[in-house]
Amino acid sequence: MPNFIDRRLNPKDRSLGNRQRFLKRVHDELKRSIRDQVKSDKIADVDAAHGVPVPKRGADEPGFRHSIGSGERDHVLPGNETFSPGDRLKKPEAGGGGGGGRSAGRGEGDDDFVFVLSRDEVLDLFFEDLELPDMVKLNLKETVTYKPHRVGFTTAGTPSNINVGRTMRNSFGRRIALRRPRSTEFEDVVAAIAELEDEEQLSQPQRRRLLQLREELEALERRRKRIAYVDPVDVRFNRFERQPVPNACAVMFCLMDVSASMGEREKDLAKRFFVLLHLFLKRRYERIDIVFIRHTDEAREVDEDTFFFSKQSGGTVVSTALEEMQRVIVDRYPPHIWNIYAAQASDGDNASGDSERCAELLRDELMKRCQYYAYVEIIDERESEIFGSTDNGTSLWRAYRTVDGAVPNFQMARIARPADIYPVFHKLFARHKVVQLRR
Amino acid sequence: MVRQATSTLLFEGSEWNFAMLSRAYEAIEEIAVGEMGLDVYPNQIEIISSEQMLDAYSSIGMPLMYQHWSFGKRFVFENHLYRKGNRGLAYELVINSDPCITYLMEENTMPMQALVIAHASFGHNHFFKNNYLFRQWTDAGAILGYMDFAKKYVAKCEERHGLRAVEEILDSAHALMDQGVFHYRRPPRLSPAKVTERARERLEYEEQTYSDLWRTLPTTDGSTGIEEAEREVLERKKALNLPEENLLYFLEKHSLILEPWQREILRIVRIIAQYFYPQGQTKVMNEGCATFVHYTIINRLFDQGRMSEGAMLELLASHANVVFQPGFSDPRYSGINPYALGFAMMQDIERICTKPTAEDKDWFPDFAGNGDWMGTLIEAWENHRDESFILQYLSPALIRKFRLFNLTDRATDRFCEVASIHDERGYSAVRAALARIYDPGANRPDIEVADVNLLGDRQLRLRHMVKNGQLLEEVNRDATLAHVRRLWGYGVSLEGVDASTGAVLYACPSGEAAA
Repeated sequence: MPNFIDRRLNPKDRSLGNRQRFLKRVHDELKRSIRDQVKSDKIADVDAAHGVPVPKRGADEPGFRHSIGSGERDHVLPGNETFSPGDRLKKPEAGGGGGGGRSAGRGEGDDDFVFVLSRDEVLDLFFEDLELPDMVKLNLKETVTYKPHRVGFTTAGTPSNINVGRTMRNSFGRRIALRRPRSTEFEDVVAAIAELEDEEQLSQPQRRRLLQLREELEALERRRKRIAYVDPVDVRFNRFERQPVPNACAVMFCLMDVSASMGEREKDLAKRFFVLLHLFLKRRYERIDIVFIRHTDEAREVDEDTFFFSKQSGGTVVSTALEEMQRVIVDRYPPHIWNIYAAQASDGDNASGDSERCAELLRDELMKRCQYYAYVEIIDERESEIFGSTDNGTSLWRAYRTVDGAVPNFQMARIARPADIYPVFHKLFARHKVVQLRR
Repeated sequence: MVRQATSTLLFEGSEWNFAMLSRAYEAIEEIAVGEMGLDVYPNQIEIISSEQMLDAYSSIGMPLMYQHWSFGKRFVFENHLYRKGNRGLAYELVINSDPCITYLMEENTMPMQALVIAHASFGHNHFFKNNYLFRQWTDAGAILGYMDFAKKYVAKCEERHGLRAVEEILDSAHALMDQGVFHYRRPPRLSPAKVTERARERLEYEEQTYSDLWRTLPTTDGSTGIEEAEREVLERKKALNLPEENLLYFLEKHSLILEPWQREILRIVRIIAQYFYPQGQTKVMNEGCATFVHYTIINRLFDQGRMSEGAMLELLASHANVVFQPGFSDPRYSGINPYALGFAMMQDIERICTKPTAEDKDWFPDFAGNGDWMGTLIEAWENHRDESFILQYLSPALIRKFRLFNLTDRATDRFCEVASIHDERGYSAVRAALARIYDPGANRPDIEVADVNLLGDRQLRLRHMVKNGQLLEEVNRDATLAHVRRLWGYGVSLEGVDASTGAVLYACPSGEAAA
């Protein structure tokens, strides 16, 4: 009789450790290929499981092996139809005999193979060397919320926190120690009495026995009353302590110019940037709100679809958006509870004289409330050649330069092509800045 | 009549449960042990899911294995092929251990489970227990315990010395895995007491045979120095037991830079390589034996009326797939199928024993027509490996059936030449050529430690005996040499020497000593 063992319920992922080691090994290759994919694909796809091709060279296993291109060897093949001894067969160009068979052993294909990374693995690789600005950590100290944590037991508390298990254990121990009569003992005596009482004629010893039993019952009853089943000394409550937790809420403001000068291309670039930022923040915070504010010459808070897809025409007054943002912050997102991030996308056009007002608003009001503010200017490819990285540019760009100099947690960059988005994003959040605590 | 037939069936339909498995197992055991006379280790049958099968694949089939990225790579690769539907999974996996562990997939139908039990738990199991290579080289009773130790040991090293350090050692050891096997002898296992005993005996012998006369022999002046040097080299080689074919063993014992834990890891890799050494040499026989056993058993079960026609048809279809051998020009061709060749040879032996032709009597006088096919097979399974088995038992009838032909391929020529085919003149040549292909000694690069002067420059001199002009792939060779340097710590050089002429064909000088 064999020994049958059902292993189906054993843990499945026995290879997980090996897989992680392999991932680590081909880490750089993976990262490169994810970036390439993201550059060409839609950015939104980052947020999903991914098939990533891994070149085999990332994980070679060398060994002493015979090379096919040297020496003399024999092949034995099945299925001869027409050959006779002495026939000569031309070799295929790539060397090797006519299907001489791959050498045995580790016969793996020579091609790259694709393997699927989970969403978390993709994002880990993707955001690996990015970091929220350090200032966040400083700021966390002031924005504290409390969350009750269980810490042991207490003898006082509200009834809703009674720990029944603990309480009953204490009561049980006390009942044993003080020899509280058990209900079975009690019932035995009652039953014996009932039996005697049922008798028609009681003999003398039986009568004595009845009396004795009644006394015993009384004693038990007294003892049971004296020693309570559950005594106040038994009761235990779960103890909670309020522990400060770092603020885990963030709100992200997306500000975009939707005036006529922003075409489909510009909006698409802006959208990709916003999506990336959203993904990035989502990894750091439990809960994240997004507020979409679009503006022409007046600003309004809208939902996502309207923000990205509906059209509107009109002039451009950027400061209206900043004012709207300020209003929303005051209304709903008090800065001592919320981490506030903002990203603004625009083509840089603005009504004359308004840019200075924007810069002033940022410097004096918004930047004191915001964790971080990124301004992304979407420009033509031709323009990017002209401006390069100079300070010259649109009126908004020039005005914001003054903010950039004065406030540390303000960043700005230009985007001309989809391929720029990731590098710019990378630059904005690169892990090295040491910024000062805001006052 | 029909009613009676159904009542003797072991199972009906395709669903299985443990009661059915156990009933089928007993019926199969009755035939395998009772009628065929197989001799097997006790069986342990484990049911696993497809994910677990993939897991088992990636750790070269062992139920316990230390962790290394290369297993992860294999897993990812297999998983990818499986998910894309390019490749199915094996129905079973069997481990050469005592008790013999067989993994069955839960997806198999009941008839398949019966087939697989016959194939693995009796066919392979008998082969593992009786074949001389397995008996000589592997220790079925101890392997699971050893793997458990290996896994824990490597994990402990990772904890203590860091993942990276352990990974480096394992990488290097894996690169030399094929050179980490004793091919001709078991490693010497002398206890220190025995070694001192031997040294004492030798000293005694020298004292007894000492003659003062030898000292007075005149020496020719010029050659003294050379002779002295030669003698020194010989002494040195003798002390280190050189030349040594097992590079991993040599490095483990004599490398000057390795820590004890690193030596232990080399030893683990070496022991695993040694454990798998017989399996590479008996692929055709092992699979042939198992396939023949399952084929015989299911036919017997059917004859006994214990299996329905439907189940039999399913099994025959599956069996036919397993032993399918396409011709060389077929797009499905990927080398000779060991199941097909092995099974055909076993069946052929049965035919020769029972219904020999005149030709068979000519070729196999010692067993043609002896009637005892099972005895002949059992003896063959016990005493051969693929190479010798083919050389001895491949019959002309089978060469004709497979239409085998032999092709000579010289790298310098632009053509291959048909050397011999399945005709009267060609049988022996084809058979010998096929046998050579299964000879690991002829196909594995023959690399040995030639010399090293531990007191001098400590350069490790490796020698590659080049057979038939087959050189090494250069990229791989240099990468592997880098691994040897890492383990040796000083210079390592490799020299290719033609095995027949002794001429030096190439040389890789010792590069910089590895850091």
